[in-house]
Amino acid sequence: MYTARLFAALLLAVVCLATQEEYDNDILEEGITLTDSQYGSLWPLPQKVQMSTVVFKLSGASFQIVDAKESSSGASCSLLQNAYRRYFEYIFPSARKQGHVKKKTPASAVSELQVWITSADTECDGFPNVTSDESYQLSVDSPVSVLKASTVWGALRGLETFSQLVYEGEYGAKSINRTEISDFPRFAHRGVLLDTSRHFLPIKVILANLEAMAWNKFNVFHWHIVDDPSFPYLSRTFPQLSQQGAFHPYTHVYTPSDVKMIIEFARLRGIRVVPEFDTPGHTQSWGKGQKDLLTPCYSGASPSGSFGPVNPILNTTYEFMSMFFKEVSTVFPDAYIHLGGDEVDFNCWKSNPDIQKFMEQQGFGTDYSKLESLYIQRILDIVSSTNKHYLIWQEVFDNGVKMKADTVIHVWKGNQQQYQDEMSRVTASGYQVLLSTPWYLNRISYGQDWQATYKADPQDFNGTDAQKKLVVGGEACLWGEYVDATNLTPRLWPRASAVAERLWSDKDVRDLNDAYSRLAQHRCRMVQRGIPAEPLFSGYCAYEYKGV
Amino acid sequence: MEVKTSSNSVRFDKQRCSFIVLIMFFSLPAVNAVWPMPQLISSSTDRYPLSPRQFIFQYASGSSAKSGCSVIDSAFKRYFPLIFVDYLKAGGPRQHDNWFRLPLNEGVFTVLVDVRKADCEGYPDPDSSESYKLSVSSGQASLRAKTVWGALRGLESFSQLVYQDDFGQYFVNKTEIDDFPRFKFRGLLLDTSRHYLPLPAILKTLDAMSYNKFNVFHWHIVDDPSFPYQSSTFPGLSSKGAFHPSTHVYSQTDVSRVISHARLRGIRVLPEFDSPGHTQSWGKGQPGLLTSCYKGSVPSGTFGPVNPAMSSSYQFISRLFKEVASVFPDPYIHLGGDEVDFTCWKSNPEVRGFMQKMGFGTDYTKLESYYMENIINLTKTLNKTSIVWQDVFDNHEKLCCSSLSVVEVWKGGCYLCEVRRVTKSGLRVILASPWYLDQPGPTHDWARYYTIWPLAFKGSEQQKSLVIGGEVCMWGEYVDATNLSPRLWPRASAAAERLWSDEKTTSSVTDAFPRLTDFRCRLLRRGIQAEPLFVGHCRHEYEGI
Repeated sequence: MYTARLFAALLLAVVCLATQEEYDNDILEEGITLTDSQYGSLWPLPQKVQMSTVVFKLSGASFQIVDAKESSSGASCSLLQNAYRRYFEYIFPSARKQGHVKKKTPASAVSELQVWITSADTECDGFPNVTSDESYQLSVDSPVSVLKASTVWGALRGLETFSQLVYEGEYGAKSINRTEISDFPRFAHRGVLLDTSRHFLPIKVILANLEAMAWNKFNVFHWHIVDDPSFPYLSRTFPQLSQQGAFHPYTHVYTPSDVKMIIEFARLRGIRVVPEFDTPGHTQSWGKGQKDLLTPCYSGASPSGSFGPVNPILNTTYEFMSMFFKEVSTVFPDAYIHLGGDEVDFNCWKSNPDIQKFMEQQGFGTDYSKLESLYIQRILDIVSSTNKHYLIWQEVFDNGVKMKADTVIHVWKGNQQQYQDEMSRVTASGYQVLLSTPWYLNRISYGQDWQATYKADPQDFNGTDAQKKLVVGGEACLWGEYVDATNLTPRLWPRASAVAERLWSDKDVRDLNDAYSRLAQHRCRMVQRGIPAEPLFSGYCAYEYKGV
Repeated sequence: MEVKTSSNSVRFDKQRCSFIVLIMFFSLPAVNAVWPMPQLISSSTDRYPLSPRQFIFQYASGSSAKSGCSVIDSAFKRYFPLIFVDYLKAGGPRQHDNWFRLPLNEGVFTVLVDVRKADCEGYPDPDSSESYKLSVSSGQASLRAKTVWGALRGLESFSQLVYQDDFGQYFVNKTEIDDFPRFKFRGLLLDTSRHYLPLPAILKTLDAMSYNKFNVFHWHIVDDPSFPYQSSTFPGLSSKGAFHPSTHVYSQTDVSRVISHARLRGIRVLPEFDSPGHTQSWGKGQPGLLTSCYKGSVPSGTFGPVNPAMSSSYQFISRLFKEVASVFPDPYIHLGGDEVDFTCWKSNPEVRGFMQKMGFGTDYTKLESYYMENIINLTKTLNKTSIVWQDVFDNHEKLCCSSLSVVEVWKGGCYLCEVRRVTKSGLRVILASPWYLDQPGPTHDWARYYTIWPLAFKGSEQQKSLVIGGEVCMWGEYVDATNLSPRLWPRASAAAERLWSDEKTTSSVTDAFPRLTDFRCRLLRRGIQAEPLFVGHCRHEYEGI
């Protein structure tokens, strides 16, 4: 993914230089005007919203979030109980805990939000998956509001929406309008990729961003956990991988309990954790702890001392991968593993005499993509045998590797025309597809770049309805070359929020003025909840970021 | 476009190479690690272990500054935990004062500070000497400076010489430094109008500035979007013009806290009250100040720049500046004067009448000149020197040499051509154009701010000497407390070295890369949220979010 990323960044650089003159220009780009949205601060916008002008009060002393009597979920569902407490605290930041004593509430107040899980299987103790039902219905009324969802996953989304409906009226009183909402996501896979190899991200940073993801109704954390620069994943089976391959064997690793904590934290917020173990390229750090895994590169007739991609001609490679992926498949509960497969450089393979010989034996001629295919197919077989499905970067599809029908192809390359053509080709072949090209948020530029992010649509390509249905969603990617804990959060938010709305809301939700108004308020809400989400433009939040 | 792209990628490759070099040497003691690079530094591989329990700061016996000197006393207190970064965390004594007084044992390392002129209660000014000499030998470091400001720079350098090995043991190498700044004015602009910056964000930036030897905080305190300065003479300005009258303002106490925090770090606070443009927020609390724009023969309800035709405008500015001049001790005030839009003036019949009366014809630059000249003269009567943005120089050749003194160059294009023109007129120059850091992308662009050569224009020695320095600008359209620090640091550090160090010893990006990478980890260790230059890690990563 490297070269393309760099190139795009350079293009942006040129654009920036060209606009340097227009500096103190205070006019909002593209004629955005500042008017309040009729939908308040809702983000992403629900599918159906009916908001009345009738206003109810909420009091921290009397308001409660409770299980509805009819609900199939109860006190034993800690996922929901935790969520009730979390959202109570978001709504009443100053109140420490939920009041038990019910005080008399004024007539025009909401005193209760009843959460009603309708399905017999609440999925409370399960993990979210790509077919999880995230739909919900919310009815805000006085004195009782009702949130109805088939499973806990929908309830989590509805609680977030409810919290976004509450606003501070005059004199600081919490208020909410009578509202009816019926909501469901447009796409099932709404992800954020974080890269913990190019820079190590402390656990705290990952958790904080999972929290922010939940506020934006993202449901997949794509954990690009290892890559060339470092191998922070502490493997029980092969501990030397991180011992030798991490930036530091103790301070810059994710232990099994760290990983477990992240997965559980994500689960409680309805977020899947999809790990990526990218091979055969992007594996320099693997080679440090696993001798003979990588291909020795040759300079003329002798080894040069440097190493290339995973060596695809050795049985030991596949024995290692079998054991390794067996572990990964038990550590990560999600049904999917991302297998990477991008940007394989053939130079080292070409230089190696053993590989040349193997190519000859196989009758591959000089077509090294055939060798790559051979490797990938064996890896796919290995992973299939662990009962996991897989996602792979688009090159694997481009190179014609045979894959199982339920493989998801992750599109990341090219300009708009190119990625749309690719989406077309992938879906024409009957594969499911995931889009990231327009959402490489590590690329930055001057101005309101959230607008371009917002306008991109994953179903915007030539294809039949059946093809469009194969689009499972998209992912915002924050690659780590220039990003670590110091700048990750403000670079991700609220720019990723633009992706979040594109993936959740109806495809016709595209009004930039309305979006600006809601997004500016949404970013202030994130700031108030403790996430340093950067500003969209000049202006202020009632509660500025205090975490300096 | 093609040329730019290719030159960028060359630079990028270089960075990758030096990155590899850096990894190879990572665990070796970092020698010559001072950023910005001192003018003269020689160090040997002889190293002395340091222990927080066997370390003291002392005034040299012949020093004019003695115990009780606020600037130096507080610097001792500040630099102790900056030198021994693990000490307080490890549960050492919370109060250093006790063991400052402990009897000295064998093996104590003493930093002896000798300051010739004890201006301990004063403020750094444009002529303050910041030079110092530092000599680190066995058991002692001797720091000599003409002023307390020079001593501060020396203490910073000393703190950067100290490093820890893999076991946490502190060391300092035998070193000789003879140092002084290349430019007198090394500024950093923060914009507190487009977004309000809470006080801790400003104070933290001042801390980071001192680690980089910046010496001027240019406070672009008000502008169109908001007026957070709480004026005691005109409280309406902030109560009506701030984003919020009580949470988004700088009270007099806040302002004096900023000034005092800056003073203790040898940093001047240069306030900017930009007029006649960029004043929309002023109008809210001061009716009649701004020009009423007309649509045909009736007021449109919108307002333009300050109304230059009304004497009340000058009376107001005079009273406001009188306050500003007494609140801010610096001998300079920045008057702005940039980007004045004449459309509104042209629409207003009163202004047109005034133009006629003054014989300006239809040349509105003459009106602008008239306004600026009044403001500049008014500033003079307050015994302050004015700084203006280059627009004032560009538009008003007449004004040029009689009224103007310092011009800040900010526009893009051939900025050195402008520097040449301004210095040719005998005026002093501050260069800001190449250092607009609010512009973020691409991210691997620190070298762009490093490879700036402020004196690379054709001109006499006299002209070159009129370039008094440069300034990093962080405009606030897209910046607030959430993203300020990582956007500033360590990119501003690149400019800091350009402004402090000798160009000859600091021209190579490849040489600077590992040093700056190291320095950014040091900033991180000190709690400054400085972003990474490239792939890699710091021993202690940033622990916030």
